[in-house]
Amino acid sequence: MRIEVNGSEREVTGPTLHAALAELGWSDARVATALNGAFVPKGVRRETLLKEGDRLEVLAPMQGG
Amino acid sequence: MMRDFYGVALDSPLMLGTAQYPSPAILEAAIRGAGASVVTVSLRREGGQGQAFWEIIKGLGVPILPNTAGCYSAKAAITTAQMAREVFETNWIKLEVIGHADTLQPDPFGLLEATESLAADGFEVFPYTTEDQVLAARLLQAGAKVLMPWGAPIGSGLGLNNRYGLRTLRAAFPDIPMVIDAGLGLPSHAAEAMELGFDAVLLNTAVAQAGDPVAMARAFALAVQAGALARAADPMAPRDMAQPSTPVIGKAWL
Repeated sequence: MRIEVNGSEREVTGPTLHAALAELGWSDARVATALNGAFVPKGVRRETLLKEGDRLEVLAPMQGG
Repeated sequence: MMRDFYGVALDSPLMLGTAQYPSPAILEAAIRGAGASVVTVSLRREGGQGQAFWEIIKGLGVPILPNTAGCYSAKAAITTAQMAREVFETNWIKLEVIGHADTLQPDPFGLLEATESLAADGFEVFPYTTEDQVLAARLLQAGAKVLMPWGAPIGSGLGLNNRYGLRTLRAAFPDIPMVIDAGLGLPSHAAEAMELGFDAVLLNTAVAQAGDPVAMARAFALAVQAGALARAADPMAPRDMAQPSTPVIGKAWL
């Protein structure tokens, strides 16, 4: 299915958010996820099913003031 | 006496941001050299740099204060805070809800809404606010136990823009820990904030964009120490007219 990941179109198999993160290379990364604007805690990524057109944000630690 | 921040007593009143340094090595040297007690961080789209940055920050061994920089609505700030709590493993959040792109001044209405929601959800909120006393009271009612009034707009380096307002705010809430956040450009601004009775200062650009960030961080560390000492030493009251400090009695007739 095609979803938007951090603003770019990506093809993923899924079907879960957990599986998609593994496909995208973020299995062990320290990241937080939001799906269609809502926070998805790490603990529920395995039960979170993706669908065509979903908007996924994968955020990581960054410099800040 | 230093007020604590959600139960955490800090070794130094200097909090530093981690952005805009010339290199990660200079960032680390500046923070360590100045003995900064807290570092601020953010969350951004993972582009390959995040994991290495996390290792540096973790290695500093000081409390981490994640921000919600760049959020223009309560909803965006709340979601960012939730994500930050998971990534940085802290309930602390420097809550920024920005109201205007030119001044980066807080949106008081969004800030209040987000503070209320996050405090109810177990966050320990550090709201980035103005010197407005009414807003401060509402933020405290909403569950904030720390306030972060601005000195001047973020990144401006103008210092304390409204000394009267800041002094009034300090006096109105004597038991609330307060951090002057944003707008400081020089160590003298930081010393002044401490002299006014604030508990800490948070700055980033003034150090990171200095020609020598490590030396400037050290200068700020000395300035906050001087300011805090001065505050504790009970400064004299200013007066309009001169008064000789040298004794008048015993002056020669010449």
